[in-house]
Amino acid sequence: MIEIDHVVKRFGDFTAVDDAHFSIAQGEFFSMLGPSGCGKTTTLRMIAGFEQPTSGAIRLDGADVSRVAPNRRDVNTVFQQYALFPHMNVYDNVAFGPRSKKLDKATIAKRVPEILDIVRLADFAGRRPAQLSGGQQQRVALARALVNLPKALLLDEPLGALDLKLRHAMQFELKRIQREVGITFVYVTHDQEEALTMSDRIAVMSDGRVEQIGTPAEIYDTPATVFVAGFIGQANLWPATVTSRRGDSAELTALGVAGLRATCHVDGVDANASAVLMVRPERVSISATEPTGDIQRVCGTVTDLTFQGPIVRLALTAADGSTIIANVDPDADLPMLRPGDMVWAFWSTDAACVLPTQPQVPSSIRSTQEN
Amino acid sequence: MNSSASLHKLGRFALWFWAGLGLLFLFTPILVTIVFSFNEPAGKYNYIWNKFSLAAWADPFKYPELSEALIFSLKVAVVVTIIATILGTLMGVAMVKYHFKAKGLVGAILILPLTMPEVVLGFSILTLFVSINWSRGFITIVIAQVMFSVSYVATTVRARIRGFDWRLEEAALDLGASSWRTFTRVTLPLIAPGVVAAALLTFALSLDDFIITYLNSGLDNTFPIQIWNMKRSRIPVQINVFSTALLLLSVLTAVLVVVQGQRRARKMAGMTI
Repeated sequence: MIEIDHVVKRFGDFTAVDDAHFSIAQGEFFSMLGPSGCGKTTTLRMIAGFEQPTSGAIRLDGADVSRVAPNRRDVNTVFQQYALFPHMNVYDNVAFGPRSKKLDKATIAKRVPEILDIVRLADFAGRRPAQLSGGQQQRVALARALVNLPKALLLDEPLGALDLKLRHAMQFELKRIQREVGITFVYVTHDQEEALTMSDRIAVMSDGRVEQIGTPAEIYDTPATVFVAGFIGQANLWPATVTSRRGDSAELTALGVAGLRATCHVDGVDANASAVLMVRPERVSISATEPTGDIQRVCGTVTDLTFQGPIVRLALTAADGSTIIANVDPDADLPMLRPGDMVWAFWSTDAACVLPTQPQVPSSIRSTQEN
Repeated sequence: MNSSASLHKLGRFALWFWAGLGLLFLFTPILVTIVFSFNEPAGKYNYIWNKFSLAAWADPFKYPELSEALIFSLKVAVVVTIIATILGTLMGVAMVKYHFKAKGLVGAILILPLTMPEVVLGFSILTLFVSINWSRGFITIVIAQVMFSVSYVATTVRARIRGFDWRLEEAALDLGASSWRTFTRVTLPLIAPGVVAAALLTFALSLDDFIITYLNSGLDNTFPIQIWNMKRSRIPVQINVFSTALLLLSVLTAVLVVVQGQRRARKMAGMTI
């Protein structure tokens, strides 16, 4: 539905977006996630029409819109600080779009109250933006952008200005509204939790490049790069040397232990190559005695214990001096641990991922992740 | 305790006293102008108080050359205000909104007419008109006045719209509005206070200007030039009458603008412009 076809955007010498290539399906809640300066907002602004790609094309329902002015594109934007018209009341703000599109008065008089109902602002039609709370302004911005029934709604960090509690409430609200109107949402955020909670699929971006595209579970469980593993959630990342690889599984040496096995979903990890082993802290278990079974185990010395409410965070030092972080259940049947104790850390084989050392993104990854 | 209270009282008194003196210094000439519009001078010159009379107010258009000059001045002021406000506003908006190569240079050139002696400005544009052989009159006065008024408008508008949220324009375009609709429905209403202030300033400057206008007026006389011309033969009370009327008009406009501005500010409380 929206196709980003090898899009590059340069500002002078600076490459803001470097060969972005993916497509967004009809009705999808699609997020672009990354730290500031990663190119996510620039990509969104190119879809909206405020920026033009240096090369490549942006297609909306098959038609190339790369050079089409923003007021002639069938997409609408919810801006970061809402950008509501301060001299108009809520009704006129929402009616601005349909009036600009010269819809007949009867349609406007019917559609504006409808959309105000959806965002639950029917009683505030006569108010000015300055007389509304942040959350209400947010919903006016949403209504104003939705009233034109665009092919896609573009949201640029729309919850960034709200406090934490309101942000959580609005996340549910956004999902509800999206289900209700069935419009494609393209959502830009730097907040990984927000992206994981709401999205059907996420594109993780860094330095202008798309690092990985996938469902929240795919991105979390099988990150394609070290950057993605580190940016989303917490991750143990250890240097490793691959000894052999067969299909999706690899054998390697890491943490001073040879013969560890792990899964591998990406190219660029070959025998005798250096790589990175990733295990999420909550997948690491602790045992005082050597565990058995089809698991991977490493011996380590306890260096630190931190009680964090629902979990206990444990830091171990492995034979090669690397740190192993384990988030364990405080109710787990653990011996009384003290710094200096020797314990076993273990995890199931499919909890471990091998990733290429360099944050390189061969095009093959992108095309397999894209669908 | 008691002495500190009386000291405080004394301080307040001193403040009001000096402030009053300052205001008196500023407004005495204006007061004199108003008072002398009710004078019936002994001779041709309205310089010395003789006796109270409403004669000049009853017959303000007694001297056709004076009335004609005033009407001419108003015509010039209206045309200059319209042209300079449009050009200056666009310039001011461009200076805030866009980043272009010669921006610093344009900014410097824009300030130049405000800092240059009027006689230099007036004489240089006169030289231009003479060299291209244009006869001086209404058109040359308008051109000369627009030349310096544009700077006032551009600087006023520029100062007022700093901090304007340009994403509002993007939002309007995004919602399907044309560039024209975006300007007329979003940008202009929001920058209107600055534009109105600039227009009023231009109107006053145009009515008031003497040196540049005098140098480029040819045979046409504006109100100030007419007063200058008449002063050799007479200073009629009608000059004070017109001046007082103009003063009242400008005070009234200023009050209206302030009241309107406050109403607007209340409505849009919280927005920044």
